[in-house]
Amino acid sequence: MSAVLPLPAGAPRGPFLGGMRGRVGVTVALAVVAVVVPVANLLVPAGSVFHLSDYAVQLVGKIMCYAICALAMDLIWGYTGILSLGHGVFFALGGYAMGMYLMRQIGADGQYRLPMPDFMVFLNWKEFPWHWALSDSFVAQMALVVLAPGLLAFVFGYFAFRSRIKGVYFSIITQAMTYATMLLFFRNETGFGGNNGFTDFKRILGVPIATPTMRMLLFVVTGCTLIAFFLLARAIVESKLGRILMAIRDAESRVMFTGYDPLRYKLAIWTLSAVMCGIAGALYVPQVGIINPSEMTPAASIEIAIWTAVGGRATLVGPIVGAFFVNGAKSWFTQALPEAWLYVLGAMFIAVTLFLPQGIVGLVRGSDGVLARLLRATRREAGSAR
Amino acid sequence: MTPDLMRAGADARRAAAERAAAAAGRSGGRQASWSRVATGELDLAHGTILYLDDITVSFDGFKALDRLTLAIGAGELRCIIGPNGAGKTTMMDVITGKTRPDAGRAFFGSTIDLLRLRENEIAEAGIGRKFQKPTVFEHLTVFENLELALKSERSVRASLFFRLAPEQLDRIGETLALIHLKEQAQKKAGLLSHGQKQWLEIGMLLIQDPRLLLLDEPVAGMTDEETERTAELFLSLEGSHSLVVVEHDMKFIQALTHGRSRKVTVLHEGRVLAEGPLAEVQGNEQVVEVYLGR
Repeated sequence: MSAVLPLPAGAPRGPFLGGMRGRVGVTVALAVVAVVVPVANLLVPAGSVFHLSDYAVQLVGKIMCYAICALAMDLIWGYTGILSLGHGVFFALGGYAMGMYLMRQIGADGQYRLPMPDFMVFLNWKEFPWHWALSDSFVAQMALVVLAPGLLAFVFGYFAFRSRIKGVYFSIITQAMTYATMLLFFRNETGFGGNNGFTDFKRILGVPIATPTMRMLLFVVTGCTLIAFFLLARAIVESKLGRILMAIRDAESRVMFTGYDPLRYKLAIWTLSAVMCGIAGALYVPQVGIINPSEMTPAASIEIAIWTAVGGRATLVGPIVGAFFVNGAKSWFTQALPEAWLYVLGAMFIAVTLFLPQGIVGLVRGSDGVLARLLRATRREAGSAR
Repeated sequence: MTPDLMRAGADARRAAAERAAAAAGRSGGRQASWSRVATGELDLAHGTILYLDDITVSFDGFKALDRLTLAIGAGELRCIIGPNGAGKTTMMDVITGKTRPDAGRAFFGSTIDLLRLRENEIAEAGIGRKFQKPTVFEHLTVFENLELALKSERSVRASLFFRLAPEQLDRIGETLALIHLKEQAQKKAGLLSHGQKQWLEIGMLLIQDPRLLLLDEPVAGMTDEETERTAELFLSLEGSHSLVVVEHDMKFIQALTHGRSRKVTVLHEGRVLAEGPLAEVQGNEQVVEVYLGR
C-alpha cells in the first residue's frame, strides 16, 4: 500500500545535522568561533591585517547573545505565532543571576573594601538579603540563570495560555510584565542595585575577568551556545513538534479539535524560549560588564522582535542574520550619526514589514525570493533584447 | 454494657463483613453488577451515540439554543437543516466543547459527559468536527496535515521524537486516495482549491478514526461533481461511523437521504421544529413557513 504514495516524506527525516550542507555550515561556524577568531585576536600581532581587535571581539560576542534571543523569539513568534514583547525580562533575569555571582566574586575589592557589594554597603545593609543566600556558589547561580526565567515564563504562560489570551492582547501583557519587573528592579529595596544595577566585575571563578584570554573564552562559549541552540531549534522545527507549533500558528482551533492540547505545546516552547533568553543574558553580562534595569525597558524587548522580523521569521538562519544586521548597523550609526539611529531602526522595521515579509533571508532564499525574481526578470529582459 | 459484650459485638460485625466480602467476590461484586464500561470508553449499549438533553445557550439574553433535545443513533447519518441563526453551529460548539451551555446535559454514548471535557479531550474521545469555513494548516503540506491528524500520542515529548511507522504511512496513503489528493500530497495546503481544502479537512477527520463526525456545511464551495463524490463518501461511512451533517444544499440532503428512511431534523430558533424523513418534513406546514417556503 506504500506504493500509493509518490514520496514518503514522513520516512526518517534528514540525515544527521541536516545533510551535507548543514554539516558543512555548522562545522565552518564552529571553526570560525573556536579557532579563527581566537587566533586572529590573540596570536596575530596587532599591526597585521588579519588581526581582530578586542573591540570587534566584544561587539561580536555581544551580538551573538542577541542572536540567541532572536532565535528564541523566532521559535515563539515565527513558528508558533505568539508575539512576545517582553522577552527582555527573561534576558535580564538570566543576566542578573549571573551578575549576582559576579558581584560576590568582587569580594572585598570594591570601593568600600568590604566583603559586600558596594550598593549594599551604601544602603547600610549589614547582611545579605534572603535571595542572595546562594549567590556565592557558581553552580547555584547558573541553575538560577535557567530557573528564574523558566519559572517566571512557566507561571505567566500557564495563566495566559489557559485563559486563551491571544494575539495583540498577549503582546500587551508581556509588555506590562517586563515593565512591572523593571519598576521592581529599579527599587533599591529589591536588592538588585537599583537603577545602577551591577557593574565593576573583577573575577569569574576566581580568574580575572578583564584579561584577553578570559574575554576570548567567554566569546567561544557564547558562540558554541549559539550554535548549540541553533541545532536544538532545528531539531524542534523539523520534528512533528515543530509542525504542531506551525499548525497552532495557522489554525489553533483545528489543532484543538484534532485532539492536541495547545496549552501544553505553547507552554513548552514559551518556557524554552525564555530559558534561551536567560542563558543569553548570563553570557552577555560578563562580556559587557554591566547589567541594569534598562534591559527590561519595553523598547529593549521590542528590539528583539525587530531583529527577528528583519532577518526573517520562521527561518532559523534569519533571526541570527537579523541580530547581526540590525546591531551592526546600530553600532555604526550610533558612532557616525547618533541622532539618526532610531529613525533608521523604525524605517528598517517598516520597510521589512511592507516589502520583505520573509526578511533578509527571504530576499535570497527560494524561488519566490526577491533576488530570484529579479534574476528571472533580468534574464527575461536580456532574452527579449536579443 | 460490659467490655465482653462490646468485644463480642465487634467480632460478630467483622465476621459478617468478611462473609459479605467473600460472597461479593464469588458473584463478581458490586462493581460488576453495575456493568460499567471503563471511564473514557464509548458505551453504545443503548444504541445512542449522542444525547443532548434540554440544552440552553444564551448570548446576552438571545437564546441561541432553547431547551434543545436531540438523540443521534449509533451508525446513523442525520441531516440537520434550518434557516440562518437556527442554532446549528452553536449546537456543534456545545458538542465539541467550544461553548458551555447554561443548562442541560450532553452525553457521548451513555457514559461520557461532554460538558466535563475540554475540546481536545472530546476530540480524543472520538468526535471529529469539520468547520463551516475549511480549516486546514495552510503552511504545511497535505501530507503533513494528515500526519498531524493521525491517531497517535498527543504529548509534547512524544511529538518531539515522533517517527512515522510503515502502517501509519499506509494509512495516510489510503486516506489520500480516498480524498483524491494523492497528486497534491507534497503541495502546501494553502494552495489547494476551496473544494480540495474541504476534502482535506474531511480526510483529516477520517484519519483520526472518530466515532461521530460533525460536518458543518461540508459541500459549500464544491463543484457538482465534488458534491456527488462527497455524498457517496458519507454514505459509505454510514454504519461504521455516526454522522451529523448540517447543510443548506437541499440537493445534497436529498442525495444523502435518498432511498432509505433517514431522518432529517429541522432546527428553528434553537429548538427542534420537526424531525422525520425528508419528504415528511418538507410537507410540514410549520417548516414550510419558516424555512422551505420562504
